[in-house]
Amino acid sequence: MTDTAKKTVKTVAEGLKKGEFSTEEVFTHYQNKIKKENKALNAYLSVFDQHDANIRMYTNDTNKLIGVPVAIKDNLLIDGTIATAGSKILKNYVSSYDATVIKKLRSVGVNFLGKTNLDEFAMGSSTENSAFGPTKNPLDLSRVPGGSSGGSAAAVAADLAVFALGSDTGGSIRQPASFCGIIGLKPTYGRVSRHGLIAMASSLDQIGPLTKNVYDAALVLQAIAGSDIFDSTTVPAEVPDFTQNIDKEIKNLKIGVPKEFFGKGLNNEVREKVEDAIKKLEGLGCKIEEMSLPHAEYALAVYYIIMPCEVSSNLARLDGIRYGYSAKDAKNLLDTYLESRAEGFGAETKRRIILGTFTLSAGYYDAYYLKAQKVRALIKKDFDNAFEKVDAIVGPTSPTTAFKIGERSSDPLSMYLSDIYTVPVNLAGLPAISVPCGNGNKTNMPVGFQIIGRPFDEATILRLAYHLEKNYTE
Amino acid sequence: MLYKMITDKEISHLAELSRIKITEKEKGNLKKDLSSILDYINQLNEVGTNDVEPLYQTTSLVNVAREDADRGEFKMNEQLNEKLIGQAPHKENRFLKVKSILQK
Repeated sequence: MTDTAKKTVKTVAEGLKKGEFSTEEVFTHYQNKIKKENKALNAYLSVFDQHDANIRMYTNDTNKLIGVPVAIKDNLLIDGTIATAGSKILKNYVSSYDATVIKKLRSVGVNFLGKTNLDEFAMGSSTENSAFGPTKNPLDLSRVPGGSSGGSAAAVAADLAVFALGSDTGGSIRQPASFCGIIGLKPTYGRVSRHGLIAMASSLDQIGPLTKNVYDAALVLQAIAGSDIFDSTTVPAEVPDFTQNIDKEIKNLKIGVPKEFFGKGLNNEVREKVEDAIKKLEGLGCKIEEMSLPHAEYALAVYYIIMPCEVSSNLARLDGIRYGYSAKDAKNLLDTYLESRAEGFGAETKRRIILGTFTLSAGYYDAYYLKAQKVRALIKKDFDNAFEKVDAIVGPTSPTTAFKIGERSSDPLSMYLSDIYTVPVNLAGLPAISVPCGNGNKTNMPVGFQIIGRPFDEATILRLAYHLEKNYTE
Repeated sequence: MLYKMITDKEISHLAELSRIKITEKEKGNLKKDLSSILDYINQLNEVGTNDVEPLYQTTSLVNVAREDADRGEFKMNEQLNEKLIGQAPHKENRFLKVKSILQK
C-alpha cells in the first residue's frame, strides 16, 4: 500500500470498494506504521498480529466499518487478550470475554490493531499515571496527550489507527481529543453498554469514539450504541441514524454560552479560539444566548467526592486472590491483600481509594457523599432548566492546551483542574463532543470546543460539530 | 461539613480499611494531598441543600428486572473454567488457594 494519507472510515470504505487495497493490506499498513512509530509515542501497550479473518464474512455487506483498523483503550476487554487498565496489578490479566462494544464492532467487521495506553484504571488527565510509562503527544513529544484515553487520542492523531474507543468518566475522551486536535464524543450515560469496561466510577463511566472527523464519530456511535442485557443502566431508547441529518443546516438552533465556563482559570489562548468558534456558529445562523449554570463551579468538588467513593468500592475486587498481581511473600490472608495492593497500585490509585474510603466512612457519609449527591442534583437541574431554552451548550473542553510532561504530576489538584468543564457533563449524564477550533497563539497546540446536548440528543451536537468542522477545514 | 486536617492516625486507619500497606513517606504525602483535596471539596459548604433530594444516577431507571431464567450466555466448560480459575495466582486443580486466617 503506497497511499500515505491519513485514513478515515470513509476513505477506507472507498479504497476497499475501488479495490485499491484489501482489508489485509490496510491492516498490515497500520501494523507496520505502529511498529515504526509507536516507540516514540507509547500510544499502544499491545498489538495484535493477526488480521481477523472472520471479517471476510462481512465484506459483501453494505456496512461502512468493514475492514477498518481500530485501536481500543486497554480498560476494555477483548476475549483472550491482555487487558492491563494501565496497572501493574493487571499486567498479565487475560480477558475472559468480549466487552459488548467489542462484540458490536466485531459484528460490523472492524479489525482490532491493539490496546492503547491510559492512566491507571482511567484515573488521570495526562496518561502519566500509567504503570507502563507516559504516552507522548504526537504534535509535540514534550507534551502530554491528555488523559485518561491518551493512548487512544495519540494513536488517532498520529494515524496509527483509523479511529479508537476510549472511556470518559470526567472528561477522559474529550480532554485528550482536545489536546491532540481530534474529535472525542462522550455519549449520554446509558446510551452505550459498559459491560466489559473495567469499572472506575460506575455512575459516570461511558464508552465513546475518538475519531479524525465528526462523520466517523457518528458512524462509530451508531455501531456501539444500544441497550444491553448485560448492563442494566443502558436505556432502551431508540438508536437513531446519527449520520442521516448530520449535514442539515443549523440555522436558528439556540446555543447557550454559560458564563461559568469563561471565568478565572481559563487560559487566554483557549478563550480566544473558543470565542472565535462561537462567532462562527453565529455566522452559520445559530442564535447565541448568554446564560448561567449557577452550580457548575461546584462540579469538580462534587466529582472528587463521588468518583473516589465509587473507585474505592469498584477496586476492592483487586485482592491478589482471584486474578492479577499477588505479593510473593505474604504471610497470611490480610498481608496478601495489604501487600498485593501496595505493590500493584500506583500513587494516584491509592490516593483515590483512600480518599473514597474516608468520605464513605461512618460519621463523614452525610457531610461528604450525601452532600455531593445533593449538589449533583442541583447541577443536573441547572442543565435541565437551560435545555428548556437552548438546544446545545458550548464552551472550552479544557482550560488550557496540552501541558508539558511532568508539569502537573506533583500537584494532584492542578491536574484535576484540567477537567473543570468536562466533569459537570458526566455528573448530569449528558452527551458532549470535543471538536478542534484552531491552535492557541501561544503554545501552537490545538484547542478543543465542547458542545453539550440534551440527554440522548447526540444527533444535534454531532450536527453542530459537523458544520463547525466544515467551516474550519474549508 | 467540617474543616478537616487529616491526622497520621487517621491515614493509617484509612489505609488499613482500604487494605493498602503504606510507607511512612506515602503517609506524609497522602496527608498533604488529602488535606488539600478536602480543603477544595469544602467549598460545597457554600451551597444550600436543605430541601434537595440527592441524585445517585441520571437514567431514572429503577429496579431493572429480568426473567429468572438461564439466558445461556455463558456455558461453563473446561475452557471457560481455565480462563477464570486459571488466572488465580495461587491454585490447586480447580480450587483457589488462600492463606490461612487463623493462627496455629
